Amino acid sequence: MSERNVLGVQSIEGPIVIVEASRGIGLGEMVEVSLAQGEVRLGKVLRLTKELCFIQVFGGTKNLSSRGTGLRFLGKPFLFTVSEDMLGRIFDGKGEPLDGGPRVYKGESRNVNGFAINPTVREYPEEFIQTGISAIDGLNSITRGQKIAVFSGAGLPHNRVAAQILRQAKILEAEESFAVILGGIGLKKEEAHFFMESFRCSEQVLKSVMFLNLAEDPPEERVLTPRLALTLAEYLAFDKGMHVLVILTDMSNYCQSLREISSFRQELPSRKGYPGYMYTDLASIYERTGRIKGKSGSITQIPVLTMPNMDITHPIPDLTGYITEGQIVLSLALHQRGIYPPVDILPSLSRLMKDGIGEGKTRKDHVNLSSQLYSAYARSKDVASLASIIGEEELGPIDKSYLDFGRVFEEEFINQDFRESRAIEETLKRGWQILKALPKKELNRLTKEEIEEYYPKE
Amino acid sequence: MQDNKQKIIEINGPVIKAQGMQDSFIGEIVYVGKEKLLGEVIRLRKDIATVQVYEDTEGLKVYEDVEAKGVPLSIELGPGLIGGVFDGLGRPLKKLQEGSLFIEKGQSVRTLDGRRKWRFSPALEKGQSIKGLDIIGEIQETAILKHKILCPYNIEGKVVFIAPCGEYSVDEVIVRVKNNRKESEIKMSSFWPVRKKRPVSKYLKPSQPLITGQRVLDFFFPLAKGGSAIIPGGFGAGKTVLQHQLAKWSDAEVIVYIGCGERGNEMTQVLKEFPKLLDPRTKRPLMERTVLIANTSNMPVTAREASIYTGITIAEYFRDMGYDVALMADSTSRWAEALREISGRLEELPAEEGFPAYLSSMLASFYERAGRFEVVPGREGSISVVGAVSPPGGDFSEPVTVHSKRFVSVFWALDKELSSKRHFPAVNWIQSYSEFLEDIEEWWDSQDSKVKWSILRKEAMVVLQEDENLQKIVRLIGEDPLPDIQKLTLFCARLIKEGFLQQFAFDKNDSFCTAAKQLALMETILYFYKKAKDLLAKKIPVTKVTELPVCEDIFRAKSEIANDDRKGFEDLRERIDKQFDYIRREYE
Repeated sequence: MSERNVLGVQSIEGPIVIVEASRGIGLGEMVEVSLAQGEVRLGKVLRLTKELCFIQVFGGTKNLSSRGTGLRFLGKPFLFTVSEDMLGRIFDGKGEPLDGGPRVYKGESRNVNGFAINPTVREYPEEFIQTGISAIDGLNSITRGQKIAVFSGAGLPHNRVAAQILRQAKILEAEESFAVILGGIGLKKEEAHFFMESFRCSEQVLKSVMFLNLAEDPPEERVLTPRLALTLAEYLAFDKGMHVLVILTDMSNYCQSLREISSFRQELPSRKGYPGYMYTDLASIYERTGRIKGKSGSITQIPVLTMPNMDITHPIPDLTGYITEGQIVLSLALHQRGIYPPVDILPSLSRLMKDGIGEGKTRKDHVNLSSQLYSAYARSKDVASLASIIGEEELGPIDKSYLDFGRVFEEEFINQDFRESRAIEETLKRGWQILKALPKKELNRLTKEEIEEYYPKE
Repeated sequence: MQDNKQKIIEINGPVIKAQGMQDSFIGEIVYVGKEKLLGEVIRLRKDIATVQVYEDTEGLKVYEDVEAKGVPLSIELGPGLIGGVFDGLGRPLKKLQEGSLFIEKGQSVRTLDGRRKWRFSPALEKGQSIKGLDIIGEIQETAILKHKILCPYNIEGKVVFIAPCGEYSVDEVIVRVKNNRKESEIKMSSFWPVRKKRPVSKYLKPSQPLITGQRVLDFFFPLAKGGSAIIPGGFGAGKTVLQHQLAKWSDAEVIVYIGCGERGNEMTQVLKEFPKLLDPRTKRPLMERTVLIANTSNMPVTAREASIYTGITIAEYFRDMGYDVALMADSTSRWAEALREISGRLEELPAEEGFPAYLSSMLASFYERAGRFEVVPGREGSISVVGAVSPPGGDFSEPVTVHSKRFVSVFWALDKELSSKRHFPAVNWIQSYSEFLEDIEEWWDSQDSKVKWSILRKEAMVVLQEDENLQKIVRLIGEDPLPDIQKLTLFCARLIKEGFLQQFAFDKNDSFCTAAKQLALMETILYFYKKAKDLLAKKIPVTKVTELPVCEDIFRAKSEIANDDRKGFEDLRERIDKQFDYIRREYE
């Protein structure tokens, strides 16, 4: 493909520029848009007709004039140069260095959209990842190659949770090389600062890469950021054999941009004004996760999103939940009671948990213990709502013990320090410890042998 | 520049316009651009055709060539489908993986393997006259499936050549038929346009249940062979696990599983499990009766739209051989969204929530391809269809659920509240329904001479409904103030819910439950209930009954008593009798 220059544009509508040129231009091709003042912005071909070419300009069309604008068609889609040298670096949402270091030139050029992994070459994820967080490891275990979302809300410490996972995540008996990639999408300045700080202090600094797109950056760039992170992740995982953990935060900002762009393109909206293809678009991000037969590396993805108004049925968490293999839900009520991480166990779920835990993976009692803790906590919630109607005094002794269990569970099991990394054995030990709040005969999800072996003696 | 050659003149995502297409027809297959991307003509205006392209159109340019193929979107049918994994257009994914680990575009790979030889045994002799759908011969495709080679619909005449018993590839001529002076050749491979229903001679009323081994479905809301059902449920409600369970244990002879716009790892899970799991009836790996269509959420959206038709055409092909076929589509919502996306690109006027107004007629034409039919006199086959629906926010009033409901006879509503209590399968017993109860009553009643299914089912439903009402009171005042008889109803409903309705998909004994065990289990629970009511009538407190050790045994019976263990239930019943007698004596 060859480069080509055009001077002057036909019309400018929102972030979209229309020029009279279409022959030889490919859909999705990158365009350099030069402003009369000398500034250069990037653009992408969205639509082609017999005579016209529709270009979406990254960074918006402010200050663009119809006569003074020059366009250079680059003859290729957006390619991103990836290499191992990117480890330990911080980039902006377009992939430009943000840490004062040099640009990365050496490496492989990749199309940021990637390709779908053929389902027949996928390897099923079944290796446990230890995050050091009891609420996750004990009850919603994550496996290597899984995608699991964090559903949060405004004012909740999801970024702290994300940073803690980034810092602590490891695989049991891990001798293999790993990397962590953070894709920050539409972050506030404080958030970006927080991640850069915790990144600098981390022991894993040389194993991490950050892409930070800020809230003030143009929306078109936000659509790019997760794709850069994943293109690099695919390179490190499937070409260099690394185990890569990708955290994308905040996907709600991503979806807002998608809606903004869709409305400029005058597309028919679907639910709440979000475009009808949002499911497919999100899938093209979330599905870039997994393991491949014959390759030693893997990609594990944790997208973080804030639910507008804590509404789990909002299109963003709803469509995400349909694609990801589970979700960790944070709760405002727990947060206000000072519980960190404020993980709401009941709506949380890890679909691949059953394949990643148990004998030979974590411990043989893990499956039944988590089921016991889950059902006891669910019951304690029922009792608590009954108690709020009839009063605690009126409860029977068994119900009272559940109420106690609920409190200890939140304070001793879920609650932990931001700096505390609990090994899985420690998590399981705590789980058994808090079950002592219940009479032994209530432990019907555990087998007699397990109770015999693990029930705390003292 | 203004020549009349077939060329691209507009590109908008997966939808393009091409000129010079005056000889084209709707549904025609075209190759688009230099990379020969597969597309289908969906609209014609003078010489300009609108084409939906089944692959990523990035890099496509205007004025590139378009090549019309003169045939509608078709799938190749023949031996080699069973055990295979295909994308929405019927391309074998295992073949594609030889080139690349990722799905790349512009790859045309045929559905069947032309090199593979199959052992063919003829069922005809030279000189016989044949017509469409007659059986020409057989191939033992897998240990449990005889693949019958049928005469194509449009061929009729006298057999002038039939291949003797031996090994043939799908491209070799096995039969020559002469009709007047016209001679036609028949091969094992044939093509069928996926959007066209394969004809049948007669519709038959369903009379047999599709036994799925899932108690809540078989016992309470049965699907008949030839019926269709939907499973709506929000995310995490357990749609996919239930669909997998159905694909594993349904007593159909052929299973077509369509992963339509869903997760890649789920298909991997099927591919990992099915070759290892054994069909409880034939004791052979499940893969030997399964065809998988995998068009995951990140594969092209237009091919996702086609995947449903590809799947049902394959199902019809096996039905024509006289088999009972079950088709699972997970999820039909993703298919409807693909329709919506394409409709949006065509700038059609939308109806509800952006879906095109023809959504409901498209759904009807899909579900109506299910049914029990007489293919030719003396040969019957059926297609049962189970479609998963993913309503946004778990709200059943959205268009796909509402319209699907109009065309199916069985509704298995998944309930988020149940799944968050880890009650699986999370089928809500108040909202779900089946219209086949009368049609299949006879079959159930022939299973056991002593117990009547319809009566047991009715009694159990009464308990569950009473429980539903009582729970409203319990939520307000707790269980304690209720009279004993209501406490017993609550307890018995718990026995039904935990001991019967809940079924653990990953438990060896519980994953699949035979019809006989379903009857025995329910009978035991209701027997307990009846005896307990008698005791209560004698003013014996309810706690005496609910604290009996035998209750624990009833709760655990589903996983502790194996499917063929009749004695296990007899013993359990004896224990119930003994422990009840003990209480009675204590109070006399």
